Amino acid sequence: MNDNDNRPAHGHESPSGGTAVSLEHGHVAGSGNVPDRFENPGLPPHQPRHADVDPKAAKRAERQVLALFTLSILGTLGFVIAYFAIDIEAMTFFPFFGHVSVLHVLLGVTMALSLLGIGLGAVHWAKTLMPDHESIEERHPIHAAPADREGFVDTLADGGEKAQLGRRPMIGVLGGTALGLFAVPPLLQVLGGLGPVPGSQLAETFWKGGMRLVRDPEMTPIRADEVTLGSVFHVLPEGIDGETVHGRPDSETRNDEDLGVLERKAKAVVLLMRLDPSQFQSQKARDWGYQGIVAYNKICTHAGCPVGLYEQQTHHLLCPCHQSTFDVTQDCKVIFGPAKRPLPQLKITVDDEGYLVSTQGFMEPVGPSYWERS
Amino acid sequence: MSTTAHGESAPVADRGPRPAPSPAAKKIGGVLGWFDDRTGLAKPVRYLMHKVFPDHWSFMLGEVAMYSMVVALLTGVFLTLWFIPSAGHVEYTGSYIGLNGIHMSEAYKSTLDISFDVKGGLLIRQIHHWSANFFIAAVGLHACRIFFTGAFRKPREINWVIGTILLLLACIEGFAGYSLPDDLLSGTGIRVMEGFVQSAPIIGSYLAYFIFDGAFPGEAIIPRLYIAHVLLVPAILVGLVAAHLVLVVVTKHTQYPGPGRTNENVVGFPVMPVYAAKAGGFFFIVFGIIALTSALVTINPVWMYGPYDPSLVTADSQPDWYMGFADGALRLLPGWLEFSALGYTLSLNLALGSIVLLPVAFGLMGAYPFLEAWVTGDKREHHLLDRPRNTPTRTAIGMAAITCYLVMFLAAGNDLMAIKMGLSINDITRVLQVLFFLGPIIAFIVTKRICLSLQRQDRELALHGRESGRIVATPDGRFYEAHEPIDKYTMWNLVDYDAPKPLELTSGEDARGVKSPTAKSEKRRAAWSRFYFSDRIPPVTPGEVAAAHHDGHGHEAIEGGHREAVGSGSHSAGH
Amino acid sequence: MKALAARRRHPAALIALLVVGLITVGGLFAVLSPMQRAQAGAPQVSAQDVEAGKKLFLANCATCHGANGQGTKTGPSLAGVGAASVDFQVGTGRMPLAAPGVQAQRTEPVYFNQTQIDQMAAYVTSLGPGPGIPDEKYASGQGGNIARGGEIFRVNCAMCHNFAGSGGALTRGKYAPPLKDIEGKHIYEAMVTGPQSMPVFNETNLDPEAKRDVIAYLHFLDKNENPGGHALGNFGPVGDGFFFWLIAIPVMLGAAVWLGKKAA
Repeated sequence: MNDNDNRPAHGHESPSGGTAVSLEHGHVAGSGNVPDRFENPGLPPHQPRHADVDPKAAKRAERQVLALFTLSILGTLGFVIAYFAIDIEAMTFFPFFGHVSVLHVLLGVTMALSLLGIGLGAVHWAKTLMPDHESIEERHPIHAAPADREGFVDTLADGGEKAQLGRRPMIGVLGGTALGLFAVPPLLQVLGGLGPVPGSQLAETFWKGGMRLVRDPEMTPIRADEVTLGSVFHVLPEGIDGETVHGRPDSETRNDEDLGVLERKAKAVVLLMRLDPSQFQSQKARDWGYQGIVAYNKICTHAGCPVGLYEQQTHHLLCPCHQSTFDVTQDCKVIFGPAKRPLPQLKITVDDEGYLVSTQGFMEPVGPSYWERS
Repeated sequence: MSTTAHGESAPVADRGPRPAPSPAAKKIGGVLGWFDDRTGLAKPVRYLMHKVFPDHWSFMLGEVAMYSMVVALLTGVFLTLWFIPSAGHVEYTGSYIGLNGIHMSEAYKSTLDISFDVKGGLLIRQIHHWSANFFIAAVGLHACRIFFTGAFRKPREINWVIGTILLLLACIEGFAGYSLPDDLLSGTGIRVMEGFVQSAPIIGSYLAYFIFDGAFPGEAIIPRLYIAHVLLVPAILVGLVAAHLVLVVVTKHTQYPGPGRTNENVVGFPVMPVYAAKAGGFFFIVFGIIALTSALVTINPVWMYGPYDPSLVTADSQPDWYMGFADGALRLLPGWLEFSALGYTLSLNLALGSIVLLPVAFGLMGAYPFLEAWVTGDKREHHLLDRPRNTPTRTAIGMAAITCYLVMFLAAGNDLMAIKMGLSINDITRVLQVLFFLGPIIAFIVTKRICLSLQRQDRELALHGRESGRIVATPDGRFYEAHEPIDKYTMWNLVDYDAPKPLELTSGEDARGVKSPTAKSEKRRAAWSRFYFSDRIPPVTPGEVAAAHHDGHGHEAIEGGHREAVGSGSHSAGH
Repeated sequence: MKALAARRRHPAALIALLVVGLITVGGLFAVLSPMQRAQAGAPQVSAQDVEAGKKLFLANCATCHGANGQGTKTGPSLAGVGAASVDFQVGTGRMPLAAPGVQAQRTEPVYFNQTQIDQMAAYVTSLGPGPGIPDEKYASGQGGNIARGGEIFRVNCAMCHNFAGSGGALTRGKYAPPLKDIEGKHIYEAMVTGPQSMPVFNETNLDPEAKRDVIAYLHFLDKNENPGGHALGNFGPVGDGFFFWLIAIPVMLGAAVWLGKKAA
């Protein structure tokens, strides 16, 4: 369908009259029998290569190709030898690279030689010795001949006719509906089995009131007097490494006790810091802490990376993934970056033995936002 | 067979009468005969062997992509022999002492074993990762070549759409592979994915629980990503690549304009033997370069990252470069885009950079040929490529899109830019936020201006010939630089293009004054047409060249500067 | 499970082994020699040391930290920062600060010798007790559990200093410096004192054994073992991408251009 007529704007410059030429270029077309466009001059004359005219050059090219193929064979042999001769643990020092595995580098380099030898040789052969006269292939319209196209449509229509779709339309309607629906059973099976529904699990963490704060990864409890000014502790709830209570989570699961350790950690991990109590701008933050010791959830409210970068002088917490910055003195309000909500605070106090404990779980969902999160 | 001899020296014509087949040829014929008796393939294969492919380095980008994909498939099969896609808990006791006795998943342990305890395993792993990088980069560069030369136009729109899907799938495939080893970096990547899946309105948390079979991280995600990575996505990729290639054969390759090249022919080298040697050899070159890179340069040293634990993170947590633009978008989006109302939360600060960005970016890319065809109203088949300068608006649109992409891409490295350049990460982010909007506009304007001036330069060259550097003095004391006329082949390179005019806006009413129902759409289309084509430099016509020669070289006089006077004192030289 | 040292016993690596040996010896010497001085200097604090330290302090530090180390607008009080802080800040060339900046940087060469640093440390300790010079037993990192050190490092340090100790960005131009080839003593002191933006990791947070393990891990990383080839600075995927687009892709394009070019 090369319908050139329906493209009104695509005509070429008409040479008739002096107006056809854009005046901005300062030239006026001459009148007379000058053609509208230049003629395609056809292929330029063939320029012979050195190898075409000089037998020495051809011989040289041949030798280069042979050398490259030989290099490839040597590379392959080298690979086999290196594979058997060199110990996998051998390391050696190369300037600029540092200590590298001898086996790895030798295998890689010999393999590269084996491959590049073939590739460069074949291309060089094609470029220098194979004929470099250009061939011309004519294009044909891609579409089928109009008769074929009509025939196609006719065959379709005829098929429909013979199947009596026109006379018995309900066959078509119900058949189509059945076809449209047959994907439902397998899809239902796979979608239904993919996973449990979240329930309120996203809003819960492993933290409950009265849990001791313990160090990650040592799992030892922390006394309040151990948290000196400027300190930061990476903290987990006591017992988070305990056994999963109900096994595989299902739709009944409401409690983080039913999750594995990593799933509990993904929400419960906490950062503990001590500031001078006078630095807090929020009374709530001060009250929920203990003598300037405050605990905040470490999971970013943006995309869920752990916000671990605590600057002890500015009291800023930075997320390394997308640079959301939280100000601890302002109850972990977002002061920069793509996060919106402050990090949730964990209310803490000390128990009889002076160890830090939580007084309650988190009072709001932790981590990234989701639709039904209030 | 449509291969025809051309010109005085074309080889096909020179062959003359064929000599009797040699014994070797007879032998080959015998084997082939056995196959042909059973398949009838001799004819179509012969046709393919005679097919002509035009030669240009930029046509090899698609081959780099395909060959890298083959290398990734091969090495991927090797890796499956040792990799264990399981979150099962084990203690590491392998050769790497930096992790000795550490608890980790089987996936991570088996990746370490591939790296340290399987001979050549690290090489295969690195070849796999580097070839994936080359694959995605080559698909992207290939798409740029197609875009800037207009090769997506009729009849190749379907192939453009397939290519767009391939690029998206390649990124997804790469991301899945990056996530499999279950090291700290890949786990952080999955964590962010979980975050943005959750940001989907209404169904977000359900979707996340379905994908992870419950709470993050769970034990299901690694085996699920594994089957997607080794079977589902590769199967679709290979199928689409096959369709892509079939369409290339059906539509034949495009070619750059030039002397002897028309919209109705293909000028190049036949598959047998030249193209077979070149393309076949190129596979080994691509594989060789990937192997060399893998031998010398570490990629993804998983042993350095340690096992994944959702409570840990490392500085410089980034996705691989091909997902960098999405990560950068997440870094640039401001927090106020999260809204809470009526007990529901809409996190556009997360959704816009991920579940909205990916479909919109790739959707626009896939739709471009149809949008441009609608604006130009062009329904012709195009087999001759455009030089980018000859389609200034399209080239400018492309550069604007690339600028937009680059701004997001750079944002994903804002932390490293900060430490390497001694800048503040906050300042970099602010600047990039502004550049996201400003950059594409500037790029558009600058690119278009550059294209137009290059076209003007071409016109000058076509009209007045090449500057020879010789200064000639006329008898009446004027000086000018002599110009040498250019040959007809060079001339053809300069003038063989279309410069469409903008569509004329009709009144929108027919003869009886009835408003056309499509008037509004026509008006929009005319406006877009003006946007595309109102700045145009038409190709030089023979008439103009003749006129230019008549005019003499007045305005090129290098002394005097009084154009009018010079222009009138015309026929000084050159004729 | 085999010891890493076994990797060096291969004939193919003979020549390199010599180089490695020389470098290791040199490196060990560089690492160990100043420590011995620190060990010798730290416990023997005399009145003369304090006096000499005060003189050095008045000449070099008092402008910012006040004549009695009480602190001014431009510099914090030094009462109670301890000898460890002085040894770290001066011993790594961060102090004295040439000009106020976003943060003090490690500079070479160090302005004072170890004796002078010890004298200033003695003086600052006399202003108020604080963390002392760490015990060589732990600060050297020798005998530490490398893998456990790596685990502790990933929990407490990697988010700022990067997984390989390559350093990372903090807010507004501040940064966590790279941890390559740092004396164990200075790593220990930095953990105990929390210089600048860095939080404090006191002995109850990370006990001396834990600190020793972290130092052992960092010294293990200092060996610069990159089995797979050049590590590109260990900056994660950004480093990979940088190399990829600046070197690997141009090489690949170069091959394509060569292929497409007509032979001469």
